[in-house]
Amino acid sequence: MARLFEYQGKQILQEAGIKVPRGKVVETPEQAARAVEDLGTEAVLKIQVWLKGRAQLGGIRFVKTPQEAKKAAAELLGTRVKNFVVEKLLVEEKLKIERELFAGVIIDDYEKKPLVVFSSMGGTGIEEIAREHPDAILTHHVDVLEGFPEYKARGLLSRMGFKGKLLVKLSSTLSKLYQAFRKYDARSAEINPLVITEEGEVYAADTHIAIDDYAVYRHPELGIEIAREFDRPPTELEKIAYKVEENDYRGTFYFFQMVEKPVPDENYIGFHGAGGGGSMMSMDAVLNRGFKIANFTDTSGNPPASKVYRAAKIILSQPGIIGYFASGSGVASQEQFNSARGLVKAFMEDEIEIPAVLRLGGNYEEKAIEILETFSRFIPGKIEGYGRDDSPEFCAERLKELVEKGGRKVHRVKPIKEYTPPPGAYSFKTLTGRVYIDHSLCARCQARDCVEACTYGVLKFEDGKPVLAISEEEAARGKCTECLACELACFLDGKKAIHIELPIPGLAEYREKITKEG
Amino acid sequence: MAILIDEKTRVLVQGITGREGRARTKLMKGYGTMVVAGVTPGKGGQEVEGVPVFDSVYEAMEKVGPIDASAVFVPAPLVKAAALEAIDAGVKLLLLVPDRVPIHDVLEIAAHAERKGTKFIGPNTLGVLSPGRAVLGMIGGRPETARQWFRQGDIGVSSRSGGITSAISYYLSRAGFGLSTIVHVGGDAVVGLPHPEVMKLFEQDPQTKMMVMFGEIGTTQEERVADMMERGEITKPVVAFIGGKAAKEGTRFSHAGAIVEGGRGSYASKVERLKKAGAYIAEALMDIPRVVTEVRRKHGLD
Ligand code: SF4
Ligand code: SF4
Repeated sequence: MARLFEYQGKQILQEAGIKVPRGKVVETPEQAARAVEDLGTEAVLKIQVWLKGRAQLGGIRFVKTPQEAKKAAAELLGTRVKNFVVEKLLVEEKLKIERELFAGVIIDDYEKKPLVVFSSMGGTGIEEIAREHPDAILTHHVDVLEGFPEYKARGLLSRMGFKGKLLVKLSSTLSKLYQAFRKYDARSAEINPLVITEEGEVYAADTHIAIDDYAVYRHPELGIEIAREFDRPPTELEKIAYKVEENDYRGTFYFFQMVEKPVPDENYIGFHGAGGGGSMMSMDAVLNRGFKIANFTDTSGNPPASKVYRAAKIILSQPGIIGYFASGSGVASQEQFNSARGLVKAFMEDEIEIPAVLRLGGNYEEKAIEILETFSRFIPGKIEGYGRDDSPEFCAERLKELVEKGGRKVHRVKPIKEYTPPPGAYSFKTLTGRVYIDHSLCARCQARDCVEACTYGVLKFEDGKPVLAISEEEAARGKCTECLACELACFLDGKKAIHIELPIPGLAEYREKITKEG
Repeated sequence: MAILIDEKTRVLVQGITGREGRARTKLMKGYGTMVVAGVTPGKGGQEVEGVPVFDSVYEAMEKVGPIDASAVFVPAPLVKAAALEAIDAGVKLLLLVPDRVPIHDVLEIAAHAERKGTKFIGPNTLGVLSPGRAVLGMIGGRPETARQWFRQGDIGVSSRSGGITSAISYYLSRAGFGLSTIVHVGGDAVVGLPHPEVMKLFEQDPQTKMMVMFGEIGTTQEERVADMMERGEITKPVVAFIGGKAAKEGTRFSHAGAIVEGGRGSYASKVERLKKAGAYIAEALMDIPRVVTEVRRKHGLD
């Protein structure tokens, strides 16, 4: 669930026709002073972070004058509140509050319907209110094909005892909140508190809106950087990873850092899961062996080798890890040789010295393990592959043994060298990268395994050199699945004539930065 | 008998000409599923794995006769349209395979499905497999592996994780047990056939003698299964394994969410409720065959 800041949520409510306090978003004390001057009233300054209970955290200040606002803003801006650095404040007119209510719309997963929730006693401790004063709470399941028009809201609220103008205003607000919830693909939209002022007006004094991660693409106007639930701003590496996921629809790649700078003494490992349930189970297995995980990663849904490769490169951008653990459910339906190829390409490029235990059980696991075994001799660290009959616990134990035996080597992040294709190299575009073939090496090649390795029929021999058997457009559209088989086959032939370049925007700069920081 | 799918189910594949559609049609046909038609708008007249392709679900039904189930493999943003077409054409069981279907699209699909009396599984599901009979979706990956991994028998498996569906079923088969049907209900918050619905089907199925359920934190599916057990709606033994013990809790719950979940949804609450209702809890995945052995002995199931 991608959370919105209060000021973003209020823009949405305002657009839907719900009254919000007059206000402005500011980033400097001067702007804060000017905003209060423009308002011409007493005001409130609120830090813009994804946290509830900001008042208790000292993130809300009431001010009477522009001078006070400037001073308060100077104190708030730049401070750290939990995991957030305060960058923005919302400056708003202070409301004359007569009464506080609560309104929200969420999704009831069991009924498969939106649920409108309204409380005439506010939203704090709503569970107890529901238990002790059931009359104060309204819940209503909405049929999405019918919607939630004002008259329905009016009918429900009048039964709670609201009358006259107030009834009309409240039902309009509730109906509009539902419309905004639907329009913006929200997982939840709450107004808390919903305020009735001394003048009898109804205002959304604060709001929490979370957008469905899967629908963020429909709402570019919200400027959501990473469509995931975070209780802190995303790290740089997470942003890089998210771009990879965004640019490749094949399979799923999820990357989340538990720590930004793993301390080697604390037993951190790089964690690479596959599939939600299998990842959780595998994570439990390593945690139970005294490891900590630096990151949580999941590549699943039949990802191509290129995506697994990128995931591994990103995991290996974390200095200080002492091992690499990949494990899923153990009986995956996806073609596991893709994962194996992606992993060995990344491990060879980065010349990893830490041990890696890779549990690639499932469809084509024999082939996957064979790939790992074949290439392990080109990787400095110890690499072991396991299948569906080896439990996560056993594999985690293996990693522990390898870490100890290897003298607890600490991973060092390597800079990414820019690839310069040999002059006159044959090349074609793939969905997310480019294949380069140095034909000058092919003349003396005996094995010529590249074409046979391409089971997708993308390559053929022409004058003794491998070239595209399909059109360039077809290759670029995904016919070349970026399975990496040709590159690795040629590598084994000792020629290294094929290089598949799979760029990860921002990673070279990131690695350079952290290697400098040392 | 099995539930949801068997060798007589007439299956349509929507999005049959795509990368996933093609690959999974091969699996389904190879395993014995009766795949009678495929649909990709604009590609009517082609053939995929010997299956005729049509431009619409309506046309497919006109040409090949009744369709019992449709497996949907179109990209996530197009799932809603494909599902609504199939529902409108009168298909009574849908399998929505894609991941990342917007939740509001699922709500709309659910509303239409309810009106037409259609069941849907997923989204974000690997599918359903009745060993020795048929597979709908992509469980098993290839016909050879699917045959090798899953034995026929009397245990019904229902799981919220795709990989774990296969894992539980494989480890049970390896231990010598057999399965009636295995169901991946889907990994999303809102799914068409959550655990309680699947359990209801297993309860009614004569072939199924006991159930194994894999649950996860979040939603109230597992607690509702416990409710049903207490109400006597489920009488066959249930073995449950809940994942996510180590995962942190709490972030997902909003004020209003607390009303629906009411303190439920956590690892502890699920395990406690299930235990109280008489389910048998396995502490680890690899522990399931042992727990199943005990439960079978206790209930005289061998
Ligand atoms: S294996 Fe390598 S060197 Fe040999 S023909 Fe193929 S690309 Fe050229
Ligand atoms: S050319 Fe063939 S073998 Fe090489 S990456 Fe593409 S699909 Fe794979």
